[in-house]
Amino acid sequence: MNTFLLASDIPLVMPEFGLMIWMLITFVIVLLLLRRYAWKPILKMIKTRETSIEESLRGAEKARDEIKELYANNERIINEARVERDKLIKDSNDAKETIISEAKTKAKTEADRIVTSARETINNEKMAAITELKNQVAALSIEIAEKILKEHLSNDENQKALVNNYVKDINLN
Amino acid sequence: MFQRNFFPTLVFILCLFSANKSFSEDTIPKKPFNAGELILHHVQDAHSWHITGHTSVPLPMIVKTDKGIECFSSSVFWNKEHEPTEIYTSPSSGYDFFLNHEHLKVAKKENGEFVKGEEGYEEDEEATKAAKILDLSMTKNVFSLLFGALIMCWIFLSVAKMYKKRPGQGTKGLQSLIEPLIMFVRDDVAKPSIGKKSDKFLPFLLTVFFFIWINNLLGMIPFMPGGANLTGSVSITMVLALLTFVITMVNTNAHYWRHVFAMPGVPIGVLIILTPIEILGVFIKPFVLMVRLFANITAGHIIALAFFSLIFIFGEMSTGAAFGVSVVSVIFTVFMFFMELLVAFLQAYVFTLLSAMYFGGAVEEGHHAEAHHPETAAAH
Repeated sequence: MNTFLLASDIPLVMPEFGLMIWMLITFVIVLLLLRRYAWKPILKMIKTRETSIEESLRGAEKARDEIKELYANNERIINEARVERDKLIKDSNDAKETIISEAKTKAKTEADRIVTSARETINNEKMAAITELKNQVAALSIEIAEKILKEHLSNDENQKALVNNYVKDINLN
Repeated sequence: MFQRNFFPTLVFILCLFSANKSFSEDTIPKKPFNAGELILHHVQDAHSWHITGHTSVPLPMIVKTDKGIECFSSSVFWNKEHEPTEIYTSPSSGYDFFLNHEHLKVAKKENGEFVKGEEGYEEDEEATKAAKILDLSMTKNVFSLLFGALIMCWIFLSVAKMYKKRPGQGTKGLQSLIEPLIMFVRDDVAKPSIGKKSDKFLPFLLTVFFFIWINNLLGMIPFMPGGANLTGSVSITMVLALLTFVITMVNTNAHYWRHVFAMPGVPIGVLIILTPIEILGVFIKPFVLMVRLFANITAGHIIALAFFSLIFIFGEMSTGAAFGVSVVSVIFTVFMFFMELLVAFLQAYVFTLLSAMYFGGAVEEGHHAEAHHPETAAAH
């Protein structure tokens, strides 16, 4: 109680009703005015900007990820292409070799066949030629012999000698 | 918690000094220097605004008595030196008004003569009571209040306009100064103290923060329209604290009152002691808000004024001592001016933070660590 009595003795700590009324009216008007025309729009703008910044950052992050992915994709595609190319080259090389070796084998076989058949033909021809020759030689021989005989036996003496000869042979036999 | 209007103080004291000189020249008995009176006069409200020397600006008086409302200039109370020492007989109500330490009173009349005591005219307490005086005058603090309100409206409406003009873009000019403060109140004061529902209280918290800060700073401007001890006036801090109290009460939930009347998990024996403390705490919290701001700002004034008074206390002994002391006083006051810049912000922050914490307590939902509640109540 004593404290309160003391407080009322010091005008400094006694609230003035008039000033309180002025303060209440002024403060409430300022509060309502600023709430409507300052705080709400400002806070809204700040929030909007924060959201947009956040979204932009997220978008940038996403774009970066996408680019990374894109790069990875490109790399993959290039690698795949390289592998494909290598494979193609290898395949074509293989094919070339196969073709060449096949061709070689074929050529060799063909050559062999040709050689063999040629040899056969030659042989046959040779044999035929030999036979022909033999036949001709025989024919010639006969002809010659015929001629010789004809000539030899054109006179009687010879004919007699021959017959004698034959007879002699027969005798001897 | 220090110095606010040391320049007007300096000017005033210099005026006193010159007044003393002129008195001695006129062979009027020299009044001894009264530091206490000077300091109290300067931290309190006034009905006129002292500019320099014997020049003051009269302020309008709005007085409601049992005979109606009347308005007149405060200059009716002035003597030649602009000191409010005269009696004004109102033509409309017929009351013989005078200012007794800036309080409007009815003068005592005996045998057709006004009774004059040591400190001027004497009050007729019965007549004052019968007149039911309600002083709604535009005092120095009211003018400072309106000026501060205008400045606030100008700053924040123009900042809001800048936001509208440049949506989604970076801050510019005044915006760059204000936005970090708004963000500070929103993110570091309101959100941690209140939580999810902080948006609802933000307009009040922002207004209170900037009101206190801007008016604290205005109080540091040493000439009109600054220099009034507005935030060091208990009437102002009481209204602010009452608003915090009313908003807290309007927003309380069942959880809040359960914690006040029956703290969960506390035995009945302890509750008998705890509940009265909690109930008192509901009222002590805003009371503390009121006292803290008022005391901090007023204490700053008193200290600074005391430093200046030292010069004149020593001056009464010898002029040399006064010069010596003045060097120390000025150094200390400059130091305190910078302290006051910090305190101006700090007190705005503390008031806003505590208001936010009280709001947070009112809207808090359960599922919370409850151990700290008795402590906070006891701490107050």
